[in-house]
Parts: sequence; structure tokens; C-alpha cells
Amino acid sequence: MAINTGDTAWMLVSTALVLLMTPGLALFYGGQVRARSALNMIMMSFVSMGVVGVIWVIYGYSMTFGRDLDSGLLGDPTEFIGLSALLSEDALFGGIPTILFAAFQAMFAVITVALISGAVADRMKFGAWVLFAGIWVTLVYFPIAHWVFDFDSGESDPGGWIANDLAAIDFAGGTAVHINAGVAALALALVLGKRVGFGSKPFKPHNLTMVMLGAALLWFGWFGFNAGSAVGSNYLASVTFFNTIVATGAGMLAWLLVEKIRDGHSTTLGAASGIVAGLVAITPACSSVTPVGAILVGAISSILSAYAVGLKYKFGYDDSLDVVGVHLVSGLAGSLLVGVFASSAAPAGVDGLLYGGGADQLIKQAIACVAVIGYCFIVTFLLGKILDKTIGIRVKREEEIAGVDLVYHAESAYELGGVFKGGR
Amino acid sequence: MLLITAIIKPGAFEEVKDALRAAGVKGMTVSEVSGMGRQGGHVEVYRGAEYPIDLISKVRLEILAEDKEAKGIINVIVKTASTNSIGDGKVWTTPVHDVVRVRTGESGEAAI
Repeated sequence: MAINTGDTAWMLVSTALVLLMTPGLALFYGGQVRARSALNMIMMSFVSMGVVGVIWVIYGYSMTFGRDLDSGLLGDPTEFIGLSALLSEDALFGGIPTILFAAFQAMFAVITVALISGAVADRMKFGAWVLFAGIWVTLVYFPIAHWVFDFDSGESDPGGWIANDLAAIDFAGGTAVHINAGVAALALALVLGKRVGFGSKPFKPHNLTMVMLGAALLWFGWFGFNAGSAVGSNYLASVTFFNTIVATGAGMLAWLLVEKIRDGHSTTLGAASGIVAGLVAITPACSSVTPVGAILVGAISSILSAYAVGLKYKFGYDDSLDVVGVHLVSGLAGSLLVGVFASSAAPAGVDGLLYGGGADQLIKQAIACVAVIGYCFIVTFLLGKILDKTIGIRVKREEEIAGVDLVYHAESAYELGGVFKGGR
Repeated sequence: MLLITAIIKPGAFEEVKDALRAAGVKGMTVSEVSGMGRQGGHVEVYRGAEYPIDLISKVRLEILAEDKEAKGIINVIVKTASTNSIGDGKVWTTPVHDVVRVRTGESGEAAI
């Protein structure tokens, strides 16, 4: 098989689009925290591009897409160590160079780690975050991505169990990326504890224009995330692209409606959250539902998330920027709704509950979700506890109150001059 | 000499300032402040959670005046800032021992 230039061109663009999601997330998160910790919030996303990018070359790609070691649980970390083995014009993945596929998938690992940081705003030691990022992606992301994303390619290269043995549908990472990040966020928030003042002050976003810019970049980049997961410039990419538009629009509207009814006003942050909830929900489902199905998946998931973000006050876990409420809840909803709204008219060719396919696919979806939730929560919680007992992961109370930007980065997001900075 | 201090609603500030200038007041110091009083706070709903807001934004005006001018200035402030509702603010005076203009060293009423 030769290189398909159309596919390769689209995947080069898609890879850059997915990379852009991480700086987009940095703005989305950075605008939501208070001004004194905006830089730290941004840095947690950016540093993920460095840490995860480097580990991906050394053993990450290999752990995820190397030959399966046993029962679809883990790839061989040594098979592609250093990735030199991919440096051949003959190393192809479908119609594209395998090295390009490796680059595309690296971006998924990067953003999954970055997503978690929203739950630990204002109060995690920066060094502890960097260390956590490297260990978490190794122990949790690579194995789960192998389960979900590594499809069998012949007898010689078996892949992961969720993709092949279970055959749950997760087109672009509802389980491996969003449920995974959401559950890790919950576990880490539980280990870290609440911010000073949590629940008694609203902690309103300090810069909502930045949040909206971030949400826009996420939506834009998500076309690479979803339509790029077609790994081709084709019909499948076009359908998933379209569903990524409509589910997201519906998600935004649904969130605004919930807020109007519940709180009396529709907020800008609500629009941004609804956009992300819609994007998250359609991620697993974009290949298996019709455009109307996409609207329903986006809207239903967004409504569930809009109500779920209030649970942190009821149960007392400080999921600061609603990673659990948005990514876990909408990731779970989207993954399960595949089993309900899947239609054989869509490229995946599977009928869900509503289209006469019975509960078969829904059960497969549920098994995949439960497996990811269980494994991720246990390993992340233990990792958090071990790091906390050894190096300590939480900043001192007075550092948190003064703001982690000055403590860890010796900078402030906004140097606004003022009386003591000169001027006549 | 008296220092007139007025705490008013932020929304009333521009009108009060213009009225004071029209009445011949030449100088004032303005600051944004927050505080609490009879208006009390209110409950704010954000993202499905309720928060009590007890500190409310106000504007503070400080004006130095000769004793005989003070009454008129206070009247202008009160008349312009009043909406006849709770939270319109307060005005009070404090005696000032001396005032010195930095540029010239003049003191007393000449420095106002």
C-alpha cells in the first residue's frame, strides 16, 4: 500500500488542530480561576505538552500501540522505543505514515493529562503536578488508550480488549480521554482537599473573554480530534465533522436553558460549559449517530452536566473547574447514548436501543465505561496518596491565599502598574 | 474647615460630580469602596449554587470645604444622589485642623 496524499494532508492538519486544543484548554481554564493563579493554571496545560510529548517518544507510543503483551491489556513498551522503527517510507498506518499516526495520537495523551488540571486549581505544587503528569500518563492513560484505540491489525499485531474483544464503540475517546480525565480529576481532587473558602465564596472566573476564546479554540481543534480520528480524508471524516458541529450547538443551548430555568439567567460560562459538554458527548458517538441523534446526544448530556456541576457542593469535593461534572458526566452520557441512538444509517453501521438493535451495544458501552472508571479511579487515587505522603502535593495555606503564580512562577498574570510602579 | 465625606451608589456618581462642579466645587478625591449598612447584602446565584453577598460596592467622595460652604455642598450631594431608596448612602463632615498646598506652602482656607 502506498501513501495516500489526501489522507496524509488531512491528518497533518488534524494533528495540528488537536495540539491547538491544549493551549485552548489553557485559556479556557486560565480564565476561570482567580487572577492570582491564572498563570499556574495555564502552565499545567502547557507543561503537559512537554512531559507527555517526551515520554510518548521514549515508551508511550509503544505502550499504547505496541504489540499486545497479554489479553489486550497493555502494549509492549519496548517494541518502538525511541520511535526510530517508524522512520521508513514503508511504515504506513492505513494510507498515512505511521509516524504521523504517532504524532496524532500523542496529542490525545497530552490533552487528557491537561484536562485533569482543572480539578486541582489554585492549590497543587507545580513540581508535584509535573511528576503526577508523567506517572499518570504511564500508569493510566497508556494502558487505557491501548484498550480503546489499538485495533487488531492481523494475527501478528493484536490490539486492546475494549476495541477488539468487547467491540464497544468509542470513536474518538469518550472513555479513554474524557471519562478517564474526569475520574482522575475526581480522585486527585479528593486527595488534595478543598480550596480555602470553597463553598462560601463563588470563586467567579476572573476573565470570561479568555474562557470564551479557549472554548472557541477547543471547538475548532475538536474537528481534528473527531474527524481526524477517521484517519482519512473521506466520508467518515465528513459525518463525524458534521456531528461535531450540531451536538455542540445543541449542548450550548441546553446548558443555557437549564441555567435560565434554575438560576434565572444564562451565563457566558454556561455557554462555554455547554459547548464543551456537547463536544465531549459527541466524541464517542460521532461515527454512530445521525445528525438528529447528535443533537439529542449533545443536548441530553449537556443537561446532565449542567445539573451535575452542583454536586461538588453537596458532596464536598472541590472539582474546581468542573472536570468531573463536564468530562466524566458528558463522557459517560455520550458513551452510553451510543447504545441508545446508534443508527445503522451512520458510518459505524450499528443499531442501538431506539433503532431496534436491542440492548446489546448499550451493555458493551456500559462495560467499557465501568472498566475505565474502576481502573482509573483506583490507580489515580493511590498515585495521589503516595505522592502526597512522600513529596506532598498541596501548597501551604498562606501560599494558596497569596496565589500560586508568585510562589511557583515568580510572575503575575497582570502587571497593571499602579501607584508604586512609577508615573507622574 | 471641614472634610466632607460622602458614600454614594456607584450609579449616582457621575451626576453628583457634575452637580458639584456646577455648584463651584473645584476639587474632590474619589475612591471605589465596598461596605455594608442598612441595605444589607443579597443572595447571588451562580452555577446553581447560592452565595450571600454582604459587601456592596460604593463610591466615596472626599471634599475639603470652608465651614460656610459645607452646608450647600452637602445639599447638592444629597439632592442629586437620593433615589429615595435604601442604600443611597451617607454624608458626614469632620473638622479639619489645617490644610497645606504642597506646591506653594499656602495653608488654611487659602489652600482649599
